[in-house]
Amino acid sequence: MAMLKVEGLSVRVGEREILREVNLEVGEGEIVALLGPNGSGKSTLLHAIMGRPGYEVSGKIIFNGIDITGMNTSERAKLGIGFVMQMPPALKGVKLEDLLKRLSKIYGSDRDILKRISEELRIEGLLGRELHRGFSGGEMKKVELLLLAAQNPKLALLDEPDSGVDLESLPIIGRVINDIVGASDSKAREKRSAIIVTHMGKILKHVRNANRAYIILNGEVKCFGNPVDLIEDIERYGFAECLRCLKVI
Amino acid sequence: MLELKRVAEEALSKPSPYGIDLRIEDFLKPKAGPSMDLETLSRIGIEPERASYIQVDNKPVEVRPAIPGVKVLTLSRALEEGLIRDYFWNAVKIDTDKYTAAAELFGGHEGYVFIAERGRRVEQPVLSCLLLSTPGSIQAPHNIVIVEEGAELHVITGCLTSVEAPGLHAGISEFYVKEGGRLTFTMIHQWAPTSHVRPRTGVIVERGGEYVSHYINMSPIASLQTDPKVYLVGEGARAYLSSVIVAPKESKIDVGGSVFLRAEGTSAEIISKVITKDRADVITRSLISAEGKGARGHIECDGLLLSDSSRILTLPALDARVDDVQLSHEAAVGKLSEEQLYYLMTKGFSEEEARSILVRGFMEVKIEGLPKSVEAQLKMALELAARGL
Repeated sequence: MAMLKVEGLSVRVGEREILREVNLEVGEGEIVALLGPNGSGKSTLLHAIMGRPGYEVSGKIIFNGIDITGMNTSERAKLGIGFVMQMPPALKGVKLEDLLKRLSKIYGSDRDILKRISEELRIEGLLGRELHRGFSGGEMKKVELLLLAAQNPKLALLDEPDSGVDLESLPIIGRVINDIVGASDSKAREKRSAIIVTHMGKILKHVRNANRAYIILNGEVKCFGNPVDLIEDIERYGFAECLRCLKVI
Repeated sequence: MLELKRVAEEALSKPSPYGIDLRIEDFLKPKAGPSMDLETLSRIGIEPERASYIQVDNKPVEVRPAIPGVKVLTLSRALEEGLIRDYFWNAVKIDTDKYTAAAELFGGHEGYVFIAERGRRVEQPVLSCLLLSTPGSIQAPHNIVIVEEGAELHVITGCLTSVEAPGLHAGISEFYVKEGGRLTFTMIHQWAPTSHVRPRTGVIVERGGEYVSHYINMSPIASLQTDPKVYLVGEGARAYLSSVIVAPKESKIDVGGSVFLRAEGTSAEIISKVITKDRADVITRSLISAEGKGARGHIECDGLLLSDSSRILTLPALDARVDDVQLSHEAAVGKLSEEQLYYLMTKGFSEEEARSILVRGFMEVKIEGLPKSVEAQLKMALELAARGL
């Protein structure tokens, strides 16, 4: 059974229709990549799955067999969907360690594992700081991954986890994603999944089980295929060529 | 004393430039007997048995001079002993307005006097409590704190009343920090929707001295107007003033803070955080006035509106009187950010939990250099205040 099924999803924000009739599936234990140029609707799709207020949505979102289309954001999170925003807001007066403690309590996550992850990400020094205040782009991504680990989600939605991250940190980020999704442990009790939005696909070299990628152009899913092949094509010919090629098909 | 009385009588009809103007005579005829007991202090997280000084209405009921390095006495006793001749009505002028005048004329010449002895760094905070208990009365303690050269003192004052005791509190506080001394003053107010409060505070800090003030108003109040004035008169003196104002219901609040950087290399920071709810109306005024060379000052005013029908007016003012100064301010007023709420909800917090996390975070102020017990007291007051929102 697919962990996530998106059926005929259209999203309007104000006057603008951003997504049209999107269909997408994420299997258990699968990492799916979403590729597409700026403004194509990739982030909107993740926000729609998360139930962002103010979105006018038609179609269906099924998570683990449950229709979550009408649920609010925190209900979806509690069911096991975790989200790493592209640009998370800074929270004045809210310390990272305090938020982490609260999340560990809600989700019963293992404090030792979190400690290890924060060491691996080299962000122990940020624990006592106010969340995302004055953090660099890379620090934000790492901190969000740590918070995601505390949530221990069944499905992780990762919006450009590689943007703003230096080259040396990419393998670390990849390892932590593998950890959270359980891809690093073949005997993992539960199969976990993820959707990774990536602009240049850099992160895909470092995560396992990323077997499928969808391309979104102008709010529509145009095709899917092996991420390595798709990225090679995009790098060589660009998204425009991809669109032309699809039209020929 | 006769001269003071004459000046006070002349000033008795002088209104304050800010805040609702009250008639002093409305508070001179108590409507019933005292209505509170000391146990109510636990509402602001203070244990009465730990207090060095407790005053109910205008009468001291506990004076415990048990902390080494600090003299603890009542104002009347300190006056008798001639200990405060140079300090009584010095940092606050008796004819400031009708409330200072009323304090002199109707306050009964009581209040606390704490004197930290020269060179003594007193870790244990000195706790004082002021209760307004008699309905329809005026409570006007006159408090004096002196931190002698090189001494350090931490004072916590809790003021409270009950809804059954509508009245006017016009506390006078005069603080003197001598060369190299350090005073931290934490004041927690829990008044009632029937209370009118007009504290008048003046602080004089000498060379290399430091004054740190944390103020919390945690409950609805009929009206509150105060504008503590801090004078940094010695080279390198510093001041840090933070206030957290929680204003629900019909609260009418006008809270200021003025620091005068009068000597070379002095510096000040004023932080105010205001949260309004229901139909509350809050004005915050902050002033840093600099005339000492190399003086530095920063004002930060944040306002958070939790209702459509409340109002926050924030007025930061910078006054540079010489060119070699650095003064700045930042102010932001608004409602809770939808983006931040949504962000927390993506982590699984309900909307209500998300609001409470953000509100509590908003109230957070920089706490540095306070003993653990004072920090704990302050944090507890912030928790209790946040719970009421």
